[in-house]
Amino acid sequence: MPTEERETVTWPADGLVAVVKQDCPTCRLVEPVLAGLPGLTVFTQDDPAFPAGVADRRDDTDLDASLALDIETVPTLVRFAGGVEQGRIVGWSRAQWAEFTGVADLGEGLPEYRPGCGSRTQDPDVAEEILVRTRGGSLRARRLEIAALEDEAEALFDRGFTDGLPVVAPTPARVLRMLEGTSRKPDEVVAVVPPNLAEATVEKVAINAVLAGCRPEYLPVVLAAVEAACTDEFNAHGLLATTWGAGPAIVVNGPIRGEIGMNWAGNALGQGNRANSTIGRALQLVIRNVGGGRPQEVDRAALGHPGKVGFCFAEDEEGSPFEPLAQSRGVPAGRSAVTVFAAEGPRGLADQISRAPESLARSLAQGLRSVCHWKLPGGFDASLVLSPEHGRTFREAGWDRARLHRELDELLLLDRAEITRGAGGIDEGVPARASDRPVPKFRPGGYMIMYAGGGAGMFSAVIGGWAGGPGGSAPVTREVDPWR
Amino acid sequence: MAVSPAGATGSLVILDPTDESAPDARTALERPASLDGLRVGLLDISKARGDVFLDRLAELLAERGITVRRYAKPTFTKPMPPDLRREITTECDVVIEALAD
Repeated sequence: MPTEERETVTWPADGLVAVVKQDCPTCRLVEPVLAGLPGLTVFTQDDPAFPAGVADRRDDTDLDASLALDIETVPTLVRFAGGVEQGRIVGWSRAQWAEFTGVADLGEGLPEYRPGCGSRTQDPDVAEEILVRTRGGSLRARRLEIAALEDEAEALFDRGFTDGLPVVAPTPARVLRMLEGTSRKPDEVVAVVPPNLAEATVEKVAINAVLAGCRPEYLPVVLAAVEAACTDEFNAHGLLATTWGAGPAIVVNGPIRGEIGMNWAGNALGQGNRANSTIGRALQLVIRNVGGGRPQEVDRAALGHPGKVGFCFAEDEEGSPFEPLAQSRGVPAGRSAVTVFAAEGPRGLADQISRAPESLARSLAQGLRSVCHWKLPGGFDASLVLSPEHGRTFREAGWDRARLHRELDELLLLDRAEITRGAGGIDEGVPARASDRPVPKFRPGGYMIMYAGGGAGMFSAVIGGWAGGPGGSAPVTREVDPWR
Repeated sequence: MAVSPAGATGSLVILDPTDESAPDARTALERPASLDGLRVGLLDISKARGDVFLDRLAELLAERGITVRRYAKPTFTKPMPPDLRREITTECDVVIEALAD
């Protein structure tokens, strides 16, 4: 597709210019009128031999003049004086044409009025090429050519651009459409992406969002997620390079969840919703392609998990007994935000009997305790996704998120006798100490509580993380709106 | 040139999703300094008399103590079947391809 410099189209500095196409009945109707106008230059969009009888008839099948003149309707008649447009009329109206051209008795025998037709520049079949031609110059990424005999999907696998699943070819037109999802300029730097510390521009993120299958309206969420993941606190490099299997996950809050059709109801953590599936994937593809973080290279995970293809969901704010997670992390109410956190695959926590919050909290604490190792405290972060049927118990009891945290903190003080090396016949554990003070399972702020899921099922989920805090990864929240 | 939805050459232009630190065209591997200890394949693309050339090459290589594996494309008019390509890449370190007529 030609995106290179094109010759500048010119037309006479003084006089009348008409733009027509043979396919338009109104243009055919005025053919004799055009032939009779002195000093007229006609650009023709489809048939270079149309209209007959015009001395200065120019081929505009490449639509350069039509684009330069910003033609929306044919026929269009434009008057120039000293190279400056003086006015234009569209369609056919005998009175208007007579006044505009200063030629009386135009179009004997023609009807008084006929509307024009859409300019060929508006045709859907050329929209893509025109988009690339007019705005492709704003793209800086290297252009790669997939040969005609190559299968496009196979070629993208061969070049190593995918996570093992097929990707959408990032053609210039698709990337330009993706960039319409943000007001940010393509060359703006979003983040420096580990492990190679390569700058990710808005354009590079958009290219990877196309690969992932995103729609343009998801782009602000992807940009915010890339910004959040590439912070020192989140430490995407360490999370990637560790032999532990966690990867980055994204939970989305605020109005954008609904605007882009995310899922926070049934199967919220699963497959089937395009926004959930592709936003998380886009972040991982940025880390892979821009950052150079690939499995068995800098990604040293011994096992990994399927959610490393992409792990993103939205919080059910409307149904939640708690304030939105982002608000509890400092984002003003009503604003959209992403929170990026280290995540293993989710594991279900069943409790179908507890109706008292104290009992249910004990069940949840047991599940959280199993993160990393039942006997190991203090190191790993985690997240708890509370489902509606469990959330109901806390709502009815009037427990807010802070109360649930306080109760869980208390329940997650581990008895040193149980966790000492050798205890329970398991060598793993903490070294024996003189102190018998209980040990907190998590560092302060080391686990988050979120709310999502379908209406039936007394099952919540625990999502193990990775080493928390300054030596590992801490969850990071960033607003989405600055990236719109 | 008239506007047309298809690219002139039928090729597809995409934008590089990477940091562009790798060359955009794949380069051939370095030629080995010696064939000693390497697994050598001879690929006949099934053009006429290619086998004559490869038979002689096999003889010459055998004189140097190098045994070869022989492969042939079903037809020279079409790209190599992926399975054959995979077979060669797993069984050989180097491959000599004959084009004759």
